Amino acid sequence: MATQNKRNIVIEKEKSLKSLFLRWETLLIVLFIVVNIMNASISKNYLNTANLFTAISTFLVKGFIAFPMAYILVLGDIDLSVGSTVALSATLLGVSYNAGLPMGAAIVVALLCGTLCGLINGIILTKFTELASMIVTLGTMTLYRGIAEMILGSQSTGGLQNVTWFYNLYYARIGAVPYIFIVFCVLAIAFGFVLHKTTFGRYLYAIGNNRVVARYSGIPVQTIRLICFTLVGFVCGISAIYYASWMGTVRFDIATGYELEAISMVVLGGISTAGGKGNFPGTVISIFTIGLLKYGLGLINVNSQTILMIIGAILIIVVTIPNIRVQKSATKLSKTPAKSC
Amino acid sequence: MQSQMKSLLKKLKSSRELSLFLVLAIICVAVQLRNNSFLTAKTINDMLKNYSTTIMLSLGMMSVLLIGGIDISVASSLAFSGMCASLMMRDGVYSSTLVMFLVSVGIGMLCGMLVGLVITQGKVLPIIATLGLTNIFRGATYIVSGSRWVSAYQFQSTFKQFAQTNTLSFGLVNNLVFITIVCYAVFFVIMKWTRFGRRIYAVGSNPEAAAVSGININGIKFVVYSMAGAFAGLTGAMYTALYASAQSDMGMGMEMDVIAACVIGGVSLNGGQGSVVGVLLGALTMAVIGKALPLIGVSQFWQTAIKGLIILTAIIINVLTQRMMRKNALKEREI
Repeated sequence: MATQNKRNIVIEKEKSLKSLFLRWETLLIVLFIVVNIMNASISKNYLNTANLFTAISTFLVKGFIAFPMAYILVLGDIDLSVGSTVALSATLLGVSYNAGLPMGAAIVVALLCGTLCGLINGIILTKFTELASMIVTLGTMTLYRGIAEMILGSQSTGGLQNVTWFYNLYYARIGAVPYIFIVFCVLAIAFGFVLHKTTFGRYLYAIGNNRVVARYSGIPVQTIRLICFTLVGFVCGISAIYYASWMGTVRFDIATGYELEAISMVVLGGISTAGGKGNFPGTVISIFTIGLLKYGLGLINVNSQTILMIIGAILIIVVTIPNIRVQKSATKLSKTPAKSC
Repeated sequence: MQSQMKSLLKKLKSSRELSLFLVLAIICVAVQLRNNSFLTAKTINDMLKNYSTTIMLSLGMMSVLLIGGIDISVASSLAFSGMCASLMMRDGVYSSTLVMFLVSVGIGMLCGMLVGLVITQGKVLPIIATLGLTNIFRGATYIVSGSRWVSAYQFQSTFKQFAQTNTLSFGLVNNLVFITIVCYAVFFVIMKWTRFGRRIYAVGSNPEAAAVSGININGIKFVVYSMAGAFAGLTGAMYTALYASAQSDMGMGMEMDVIAACVIGGVSLNGGQGSVVGVLLGALTMAVIGKALPLIGVSQFWQTAIKGLIILTAIIINVLTQRMMRKNALKEREI
């Protein structure tokens, strides 16, 4: 009798979660369409393919970071140091290029720097498992930004766009489609595939749902966390390269607030900050929703502080809505066994 | 003699405040050896006055950390409340310094209540909620001020002199320092000897047990976040009084200093551990480091990195001492 009840509860839970996701994604797509209609009605030139790709390229630079950030949030962790990692990697890229290294080597330096930053986060977190990822990455966020400030001071390092192929990384197109969009699609498919179709991806969900149980069932929890944090660093390196190619000059205070935007993109995509929930396509849709929303607000001359405010508000509202729903279904669940017992 | 040494060592190990005090003293002496203008009444006075904002803000952060939460929006609510109160003073709504402080505290408390509502009613993780609200408060500051400063000439002269005189304590210490001392004393009593203070510790160290024993957890959380907001408001007023101007970007990044002060002072980020004295010592350490680095000739561009390094070292040392304490406790049980 008792097992029967439990089984019923599990089925009911799965059903309610499933319907929640269904509703969530429909909501997201509706939001996406609304944003597009709004933008199209504001400006006639919005639906012009070339314009659209120009707009998309600008937010794809930070959109990359949302991929590994999705992994981190599925794990139940958080990484606030991404903005600073991008700044430090881009700084080293600029400095090493201006010190006489060929551009190819400078790119490798940036990637190595990003990976190293992520690795340091990962090592601290896996060696001292008592520490919350939030506070460690809050510390490294200050540290990495500080190192970039130490290297550059109040100056900037520029001239990066003199190398034609480096300039082309961001600006060149095949037909109307920019390179960065193709790279984005390839990375999106790769990250989505790993998360949903491989053992590694299933491990992430298992760890996010219950870290202790995952460990006792033989999943190398700490190794996987280390890999994920390193991955974040590596992708920040890629983002830094695109930033440098886009802007051509680098200062130490670039990319501030990237952590907020990356986290907003992932959370809006339906991945729970508590870990173990959500899926990848939602993240991709929400990258475009937030990016195009910002572009549209820019079109009607909303200043950047207000845009940040709107994104902050969206983040909070989006996190609050499903929590209220889950709370309701949870109370329903807890009532069912109480009655039958 | 040896046993005396041993008991002294044991005391040092068990009392975090004492060891922190020793570290602070060593830092002070080391800096004094490099630059003998450090341990003079004037430098110390300046240091306390300039860092009274950080020291004050640490109190609010401490109470939030004690219940196992975090609030990184304090710096923005500081800017928002300080800016609103200054704007009203500029427009001549009031001219008394006391009213300005009260208005700022009130606005800060409203910000804190909003944070508390989102966290307790919306069930949002504190880090996400305050990350979002940071941007909202900061954006609101830019909007109400129109991205302009409230400059010194727009303030009343009594307000401008407030941060430079010693009227409140009848000539003993600077006004801002005096307010800070009073708040620390009151907070010390509240945390140690009142039911409310003990409930905060109870909620932080084991929420489930606290709920079972009849404590209204959400109520406590809401009050604590409102309190942190009120402290941010008070700090906002102190900040504008100190610099005699209000800017939209004031206090940017201050939340990091404050969290660092708490962590150095031995407040656990898992909640339930930490004392007012420890936080005071932690905040003083941050102040001494901030004041001493330029005095011994460290470039200002290095300070962010050094701060980050100090925070990381402090959290790691925290974990290591906790591990050691646990090991020692186990050892004692064996014997």
